[in-house]
Amino acid sequence: MGLFSKSGGSGGFREAKGDLRLQEVTKSFGDFTAVDNLTLEVPRGSFFALLGPSGCGKTTTLRMVAGLEQPTAGRILIGDTDLTGSRPYERPVNTVFQSYALFPHLTIRDNVAFGPTRRGEANAAQLAGDALELVQLSHLAARKPAQLSGGQQQRVAVARAIVNRPEVLLLDEPLGALDLKLRRQMQVELKRIQSEVGLTFIHVTHDQEEAMTMADTVAVMNHGRIEQMGAPEELYDLPRTTFVANFVGQSNLASGPITGRDGDRIVAEVNGTQVAIPSSRCAVDSGEVTFGIRPEKVRIHEQRPEGAGSDVQATVRDVSFTGVATQYQVEVPSGAVWNVYEQNLDVKPISVRPGDQVWLTWDPAHAFGVPVDSDAAAEALAAVDAP
Amino acid sequence: MSAFAHAAGGNAAVTHQDPPARRRSWATWLLLLPGFLWLLVFFVFPLVQLFTVSLQSKYPGYPGYYYRDVNFGNYVDALTQFGAHFGRSLLFAGLATLFAFLLAYPLAYAMAFKAGRWRNVMMICIIAPFFTSFILRTVAWRQILADDGPVASTLNFLHLLPGGRITETWVAVVAGLTYNFLPFMVLPIYASLERADHRIIEAGGDLYANGFTTFRKVTLPMSMPGVLAGTLLTFIPAAGDYVNADLLGSDRSTKMVGNVIESQFFKVLGGFPLAAALSFTLMALILALVFVYIRRFGTEELL
Repeated sequence: MGLFSKSGGSGGFREAKGDLRLQEVTKSFGDFTAVDNLTLEVPRGSFFALLGPSGCGKTTTLRMVAGLEQPTAGRILIGDTDLTGSRPYERPVNTVFQSYALFPHLTIRDNVAFGPTRRGEANAAQLAGDALELVQLSHLAARKPAQLSGGQQQRVAVARAIVNRPEVLLLDEPLGALDLKLRRQMQVELKRIQSEVGLTFIHVTHDQEEAMTMADTVAVMNHGRIEQMGAPEELYDLPRTTFVANFVGQSNLASGPITGRDGDRIVAEVNGTQVAIPSSRCAVDSGEVTFGIRPEKVRIHEQRPEGAGSDVQATVRDVSFTGVATQYQVEVPSGAVWNVYEQNLDVKPISVRPGDQVWLTWDPAHAFGVPVDSDAAAEALAAVDAP
Repeated sequence: MSAFAHAAGGNAAVTHQDPPARRRSWATWLLLLPGFLWLLVFFVFPLVQLFTVSLQSKYPGYPGYYYRDVNFGNYVDALTQFGAHFGRSLLFAGLATLFAFLLAYPLAYAMAFKAGRWRNVMMICIIAPFFTSFILRTVAWRQILADDGPVASTLNFLHLLPGGRITETWVAVVAGLTYNFLPFMVLPIYASLERADHRIIEAGGDLYANGFTTFRKVTLPMSMPGVLAGTLLTFIPAAGDYVNADLLGSDRSTKMVGNVIESQFFKVLGGFPLAAALSFTLMALILALVFVYIRRFGTEELL
């Protein structure tokens, strides 16, 4: 017994410390390219989110880091140690599986002690106890997984992974099966655990809100590629592709040709209206551009405002009062429907009804321009609606 | 299924002044009734009958006649005269169970994890023999293992067969038992492996267990309910079997309890009480062994 568990566990284990690096990683399944020439660097100790719709390659990327899949091409490194081709049990990486994948025949304590025992840690039971304390489940240590609720099982899965102090902890949609309230609670909990243990967390999710609230850095993936990567605020404030503009938060988009420049702004003509985009916020500088503005950056007026730079006349289609804010759906002259959020700051709120004519204005400094890609726009909207 | 659910829902809605628990228990008893009656008539009654026969005594001087009695001497005779047969029954059944397990586990594992689109073909291959009679298949094995058959003559040619023959030896009997009960071992193990979540097995690798350790610590324990069911489904009928020993074994050295019971019932005049005592002793032995086995290896699902 002892002989087996020692040699069975730690044989071939590779110590590696440092940033996680993926270099030109490609993974194909037959004709289908799940991950397409992906290069990525995740700094040690950061909370990194891979965000994308289902089938975008985010879980495949995660499984390649775990060693559960081998890349068709490219290299995976932690620090300077090349882990490409090594087996899952040889890597200083642990996974929190989507279905938790707890061992049904073992108690919670034995589940958590599994990793340390395989690695021949003398104080495996002590480590397991500490990890269970971290997720506040010490009182359930003697139970079997089937006797726990979904949220509790989820925390056991986290404890079972972090007890090993991996260089990289992978979380595959770990909150997907939980209800909304529990999910919010676990988001806070996971952030607390991450800051307490200081490990690199890579969190895969299709929920943009989850990615934004938890991660330091978010990479938005689509079709096996990273569309854009950055801090959540950056992604939201300045999307660089149509897909990101629609997948991360909502955007009001309209396309048209660039007609000229006005100082440090690019001017485009969109359905007969001249719109200005700061050139630093515009990803294209000639030809066609998709102009975008976030719903809460748009102001709504009952009368045509005087002297405003950009204004568009629109027809109100729907008004929903949510307390803090009011959400309007308005039809712009092109026939597209835009969303507008107005915070209810005034004593006397704007009183418009469906069918009323209104004027929309915005500060051109908030506008952004992305390359025209109508497929991506539709795709992102469908993906946001799907889950 | 949905019609049933609908009907049940309808009932609950209509008769809400009736305590629903009581109604449900009535329905439960009604559903169980045919099964209980069946068991009573075809299991409990014959069992009691068999037990009373096992205690009867012979009329001295009238062979073939016996009278109602409480004569435990039949049990003493059963154990003293046929101890070797009991030993052989348990030994052969145990060996057959072991060999069936060693053959079945890799097969079930391959079917569950590696077979891909061949899985159904393999499943058909395992089930197909059931379309032929058990006796015929065993007779066919007698041909295959016969002295001038391909297996024995090849082994003899290579001087690898010490006794010169396979049939009429315990090897043939155990081989026959193993063959005949193999599907009962494969199917439960396959079922338990097939429904196992593959992520759980991946988790073993993720938590520093190599392939062998993952199998030993995760896959095998998870499939234990299947292994347990398979071994019971093999051992219990194999221990009571007499067809394999009859068709593949010899007259003396490979007889099992089943053969003795068969001959006492059908070939020996006045053998009924002894045959009944033998049957009861075998049943008790198997029950005791199975109980110990389940206590040792069982999961909550079975005990």
